[in-house]
Amino acid sequence: MTPLRRSLSSPHLALLAALIASVTLTRLVTDPYANDILTTLGINIILAVSLNLVNGYAGQFSLGHAGFMSVGAYLSAAVTLFAGPALLGEDGGSVWAQNALFFAALLAGGLCAALAGLLVGVPSLRLRGDYLAIVTLGFGEIIRVIFQNIEPLGGALGLNGIPNYTTVAWTFGFAALTVFVVCCLVRSTYGRGFLATHDDEIAAEAMGLNTTRYKIAAFVIGAFFAGIAGGLYGHFKMSITASGFDFTKSIEIVVMVILGGMGNTVGVILAAILLTLLPEVLRPIAEYRMILYSFMLIVLMLMRPQGLFNFHLTRKT
Amino acid sequence: MTEFIQQLLNALSLGAIYALIALGYTMVYGVLRFINFAHSDVFMVGAVTGCFLGKYLPAGTWWGGLSCLLGAMIVCALLGMLIERLAYRPLRASPRLNVLITAIGVSLLLEYTFQNEHVFGAAPRAFPQIFPEVVWQVRGLTLSSNQLLVIGVALVLMVALQFIVFRTRIGTAMRAVSLNPRAAQLVGINRDVVVAFTFALGSALAGAGGILYALNYQSVEPLMGVMPGLKAFVAAVLGGIGNIPGAALGGLLIGTIETFVGGSQLSTYKDAIAFALLILILVFRPAGLLGRRTIEKV
Amino acid sequence: MSFSLRTFARLALLPVISASLFAADVASIKVGEIASLTGKEAAFGQSSHKGTLLAVEELNAAGGVLGRPIDLVTEDNQSKAGESATAARKLISRDRVTALLGEVASSRSLEIAPIAQSSKIPMISPASTNPKVTAIGNYVFRVCFIDPYQGTVMAKFAKSELHLKKVAVLTSVSSAYSVGLAKYFKERFTADGGDIAIEQKYSEGDKDFRSQLTAIKAAGVEGVFVPGYYSEAALIAKQARELGLTVPLFGGDGWEAPQLLEIGGAAMEGNYYSTHYSPEDNAPAVQGFVKRFKARFGGETPDAMAALGYDSAVFLADGIKRAGVTDPAAVRDALAATKDFAGVTGHTEIDANRNATKAAVIVTIKDGRFKFFQSVAP
Repeated sequence: MTPLRRSLSSPHLALLAALIASVTLTRLVTDPYANDILTTLGINIILAVSLNLVNGYAGQFSLGHAGFMSVGAYLSAAVTLFAGPALLGEDGGSVWAQNALFFAALLAGGLCAALAGLLVGVPSLRLRGDYLAIVTLGFGEIIRVIFQNIEPLGGALGLNGIPNYTTVAWTFGFAALTVFVVCCLVRSTYGRGFLATHDDEIAAEAMGLNTTRYKIAAFVIGAFFAGIAGGLYGHFKMSITASGFDFTKSIEIVVMVILGGMGNTVGVILAAILLTLLPEVLRPIAEYRMILYSFMLIVLMLMRPQGLFNFHLTRKT
Repeated sequence: MTEFIQQLLNALSLGAIYALIALGYTMVYGVLRFINFAHSDVFMVGAVTGCFLGKYLPAGTWWGGLSCLLGAMIVCALLGMLIERLAYRPLRASPRLNVLITAIGVSLLLEYTFQNEHVFGAAPRAFPQIFPEVVWQVRGLTLSSNQLLVIGVALVLMVALQFIVFRTRIGTAMRAVSLNPRAAQLVGINRDVVVAFTFALGSALAGAGGILYALNYQSVEPLMGVMPGLKAFVAAVLGGIGNIPGAALGGLLIGTIETFVGGSQLSTYKDAIAFALLILILVFRPAGLLGRRTIEKV
Repeated sequence: MSFSLRTFARLALLPVISASLFAADVASIKVGEIASLTGKEAAFGQSSHKGTLLAVEELNAAGGVLGRPIDLVTEDNQSKAGESATAARKLISRDRVTALLGEVASSRSLEIAPIAQSSKIPMISPASTNPKVTAIGNYVFRVCFIDPYQGTVMAKFAKSELHLKKVAVLTSVSSAYSVGLAKYFKERFTADGGDIAIEQKYSEGDKDFRSQLTAIKAAGVEGVFVPGYYSEAALIAKQARELGLTVPLFGGDGWEAPQLLEIGGAAMEGNYYSTHYSPEDNAPAVQGFVKRFKARFGGETPDAMAALGYDSAVFLADGIKRAGVTDPAAVRDALAATKDFAGVTGHTEIDANRNATKAAVIVTIKDGRFKFFQSVAP
């Protein structure tokens, strides 16, 4: 294969196809409610796939993913709200300018979230299993409390009047990008490093692998995409409060990953689709929805711990 | 000065409650090496049971209050054993992560079931005055019999626990299983019975904690266990997880820190401070204050 | 030709059938409602929903609006953030509602408002008091007073009625409502020459306020302003009394719930709060409403949220009637032009910012019951 052929291999083509498809989809779907569901779906896919990288592939059980999402949401909203008017001018700027600003804001949010991921990942290095879960939960709560107390970012009321820049194209585009990055990463030497760290950390260290690097990389990359998802969420709901990114939100994302099968990207995407559509379908019995979810979680662990959509052999975690 | 002593009293009663819950976490971790996420919700069930029983038992009498407390403890012990039997025991051989997820599932199930309008409802309800309340004013200090009761009952329960763990056969069995489960089985200890008993004991303490908490703060709601549970977990880790006196010490320390931070200008950060403390402990002294450093053999 | 009974019956049925077919052509007016029927603030959502439901039932019994019945489509947001936005989009695009009623909590109203504004569907909030809600756009209305007014009312009350010179403010920092109300109270109170001796904070869901109250007691204040919700306010009152803090406590409409008395008990005696209406108001409109509400909902006395829920629906119906059509833009214009709407919660006038200018009611607790204390005109 020539170098060009090799670089234009299937993951890249798939990404291109997905990006084109998402832009086309935006033009086709006009019903606001369907738009709403599709946008939520895209955001959930990004969240689930990024968490899957941390929990599933690298084996770091994180319960604070919503914290990273909130960092991305707040920072990107801050960029569009505070820097936007100055950069776009009085008339609000052209569509291109707005989209460029939005992209920059999302990146800023993602990078800040990645930084948060670094800050969370470093102390968590020594921890395993249960402890790691609780510490990441703690970090999620600390981030929430901090945002609730920062007055310039709205304090308790949060930020509102965030411009509605999110479209189905943006969310599906980023979802495709997230899947692409995660898949490529997992197939690379980094992916081997993740799996080795996950399987048996001590053996991996004994073999000379720098498990620290892999663990931190997983956290940082996972957090980056969670931040992007947060930015998309903020510009979709147009109003964000710190309390909307609490432990409950983290659990919702965790349920998606577990349902799909930890370490199984396709399964996780399917689970994200299921768990986005289910609340809408279950609207008549909305008050029983969470009871159903928690019951399902228990039954799943007892009967099919590899996840609902995992059709490979059970991986030993 | 009176303000300081008043805060100290508040700290003691809060710390006593955290200690009770922390003991449950620590005991279960000792025998199963696993953090029971659902423990905080058993605490809540205790308070809800007390709310329910308080309606039928005469309020404001000593024997009424005590039977309420006992009733809640029994209900919680049974609940703890049920959860262990149905959700944790089948996963004894599974990877630890699966049990953790199941525990989260049980915790959520309890929380959302009680939030359902047909069961209890999400809005807070008043907790009946199950014990007679007397308030004394001593030199500017206000002493509530409820606060003293909390400290007293917690002390009695902790002494009783020490007795059970160090002076009875089942307690010895518990300690044996926590040191080395396989060796304990080899000398004839029935691991299932010991684990069930540990859960019963831990859950009973959580139930008592729930009643005392509701007595002190008079409002009961399905999510009331989340924060105290997490803070009690921090307390257990602070004292050294698996270490019983450590849990008590940890509880008192966390209660004191939280009370004094609450009275200062940083009061809204008091939840975050408990977590920040946890992270600091785990980074600098993972074994906790009274714990022993264990070397992991590969 | 014999005219059998059967043929006669068939012929007689014809007008009936055609009438029912014709009636089926009379489409109902769809009105969306978003409320927190379950979750932490279920008390508020259920209350306002009952009021709205009663209003809609009464309107339909009287022949509907413009001859058409009102079809109320209710969505529950479970008191969770983010859910109201989805509910709003669904109601607007799927159910094609003419207008939206909701929400009680300001933070959730702020979620719905931008969507209603961009879809050009009028939105009426029954009880959101934060000024930012109606600032979103000209399709957003409310039938209650706003926090700047409420904070001012309580400040004046504390100064002139209770003669307090030195007070403490205990704010819930995790609630936008509380923070806003505290700010307006402090501005007015200090402007009138009062002294805010100490400020303390707490978060929603907190159960222990002893540390804050001990500090407040040590500051030697004459009263404590607690602009939070009832679940914490009740506990604050109880713990304050236990600590020997006997000064009066006062707050805003977030106190309005029966649980305030259930949880607070005797500690609530002698405290005050501002609200939108009192069931003890002797006005015939109020008493009539109370009687009908009790009859419909098993003897339950309607609180301010129920009354406001009722008023929001009647206000909307009135707007539609005056517009003469169900076109959302026309309805919006009619609503904005309301000058004299006689609601259960009092005489309402919609100002240029689409907020209601109306009187506030101060309620006190005496002998374990809510008691009307005084009415404060704007």
